[in-house]
Amino acid sequence: MIKVEKLTKKYPGVIAIDSLSFEVDKGEIVGFLGPNGAGKSTTMRILSGFMPATSGFASVAGHDVFRESIEARRHLGYLPENVPLYGDMRVNEYLRYRGSLKGLFGGRLRKRVEAVKELCSVHEVENKLISTLSKGFRQRVGLAEALIHEPDLLILDEPTIGLDPNQIRQVRELIKSLGQRHTILLSTHILSEVEITCSRVMIINRGKIEVSDAPENLVGRIRTSATVRLEAKTGNDDPVEMIERVPGVKSVSATEEEGWQRCAIRVEANLDLREEIFRLAILRRWTIRELTQDKATLEDVFVELTHADN
Amino acid sequence: MRRLFTLLKRELSAFYYSPIAYIVLFLFLILNGLSFWFAVAILNRAPSENTVVQVFFNSVFFWIAYLLVFPVITMRLFSEEFKLGTIETLMTAPVRDWEVIISKFLAALAFYLTLWLPSLLYFLVFAWFGNRSAIGSAGQLWAPYLLLFVMGMFNVALGCLASALTSNQIVAAMIALVLTIGYFFITLINYVVTSSSPVVRAIIAYVAQLDHMDSFSRGVIDSRVLVYYPSMTLLLLAITYQAFQYRRWRA
Repeated sequence: MIKVEKLTKKYPGVIAIDSLSFEVDKGEIVGFLGPNGAGKSTTMRILSGFMPATSGFASVAGHDVFRESIEARRHLGYLPENVPLYGDMRVNEYLRYRGSLKGLFGGRLRKRVEAVKELCSVHEVENKLISTLSKGFRQRVGLAEALIHEPDLLILDEPTIGLDPNQIRQVRELIKSLGQRHTILLSTHILSEVEITCSRVMIINRGKIEVSDAPENLVGRIRTSATVRLEAKTGNDDPVEMIERVPGVKSVSATEEEGWQRCAIRVEANLDLREEIFRLAILRRWTIRELTQDKATLEDVFVELTHADN
Repeated sequence: MRRLFTLLKRELSAFYYSPIAYIVLFLFLILNGLSFWFAVAILNRAPSENTVVQVFFNSVFFWIAYLLVFPVITMRLFSEEFKLGTIETLMTAPVRDWEVIISKFLAALAFYLTLWLPSLLYFLVFAWFGNRSAIGSAGQLWAPYLLLFVMGMFNVALGCLASALTSNQIVAAMIALVLTIGYFFITLINYVVTSSSPVVRAIIAYVAQLDHMDSFSRGVIDSRVLVYYPSMTLLLLAITYQAFQYRRWRA
C-alpha cells in the first residue's frame, strides 16, 4: 500500500528526513513513533501529496505521490496534526463539500455522509458551526472527513493529541475497528496507544528509522535496564545507600510514605536481583510488603533509542 | 467540471458568510450614492454636453471606490487558507491546483459584480424623475458596465496574485493596493508629463484605465480594450498559478 524508498527532505540547513525507506502492506496498522521534530509529520505530508520530497521515491496504492499525485490522493484519507477545518461551515455542509470534492455525489454522497457521522459519533453536532466545536468534536469531524470516500489508506497525524481520556479511548477503539477494513499509518508520541492499536511500530529519530517491528518484539530487543520495586520498612537504615552496594544495581531512588520506603531500583538488563535484594532485607531485618520487577516498556525502548545520541 | 462547481459554490458562500462582504457592500453603496449626488450637482450648476452617466463614471468618487474595493475583497482568498492551514486539507484532496485558483478568482469576480448592481438603479431613478434619459446614445448605459466587468476581471486577478504571495492578509491587501493604485497612477503620467516620446504616450494611452472609461462612458466601445483586459487577466492568473505552484512544490 505504501512504498517509500530513500526518501529525503532537506530544508536549508536541516535534514528533516534522511534516506527513509519502508513499506506498509495492505491491512496493517503501523505506528510512527518519534520525538518532536523527528520527521513524522514531514513524511506524512509527502505521502499525502502536500509537499514534495527533495529526493527519493514514495508511492501510495501503486501510484507515485509526485508524478501521479491526483490518483494517489484518491486512495488516501489524511488527517493533519492541527485538524484544519473551515470554521464558517456547519458540520453537515463541510462533510458534503469534502465528499463532493473527493468525487462523491448524489445518493452515494448522502449515504456516506450519514455513515461517517455515525461512525465518528458526530450526529449531535451535525448542524453546529465548526468554529463552535470542542477539540474532541473537531478531531472527530476531521476523521469523518478523512473517511468519507472510503479510502484504502488512512494517514493520521497524532489523532489523539489534546483529547481527554474518554475521547482518546473512543478514538482508539475507532481506529482499531477501522483497521479491519483500511490500512492505517498513524503517528503519535503516546506509547501506550501504539501498543494497543498497532500491529507494527516504526521508531523514527532525526529523520531516520531506528527500528521497525511489532510492539512486543521491540520490548524484548532493548538492552536497557529493568526496574525493581521495593516497599519496605527499613528502620534506621538508608535504603538507597544499602541497596546501591548490591552488585548489578545501577541506581536507587526512594521516597518515604507513612513509614514505608518506596524504592525504585534500576538494575542491569537481564539480571534478576530480586533474590539478592530479598537477602539484604532479611539481613537488615526490613519488613517487605512489595518486591516486583517491572518489565521494560515501550517507553524505555523509545527513550533509549532516541536519547542515545544526545 | 463538477469539482470546479463545488469549489466555486463553497467560495461564494464563504464570501457572503464573512461580515467583510456586508461592510464592503455598505461602504460601496455610500460612495456610489455620493458619486451620483456629486454628478447631478455638477450638472445642476452649469449646462454641459456630458450626460450624467459620463460625469458619474469619470468622477473622483467613482475611481476611489473602484480602486479601493479590490484589495479588500481579494485579501483573504489565499492568505487565509495559508494561515489557517486549511490549504493542507484542500491540496491533499484530489483537486487540481488550477481548479482552486480559478474557483477563487470567479467567486471574487462574482461578488464584485454584485457590488455594481445597485448603481443601475440610479440611472433608472434619474430617468424617471428627471423626465429625461440618463444617457445620450444607445450604448451609453451598458458600455461602462461592460468596461467595469473587464476591468474588474483584471483587478481581481491582480488581487488574487497578491493574496497568493503571502499568508498574511494585511500584507496581501497592501500588495494588492500598491499594484492596483500603481497601475492606475502610471496611466496618469500622460496627463502630467507632456514631453515624453510619442511611443510612450501611445502605450500609456492604450493601457490607461482613465482613458478607457472616458470613451466607454461615452458609449464608444473599443474592442482593443475588450481584448486587452481579458488577456492581461489570463496572464495574471498564470502568474498566480506559478506562484502558487512554487510555494507548494519547492523541493
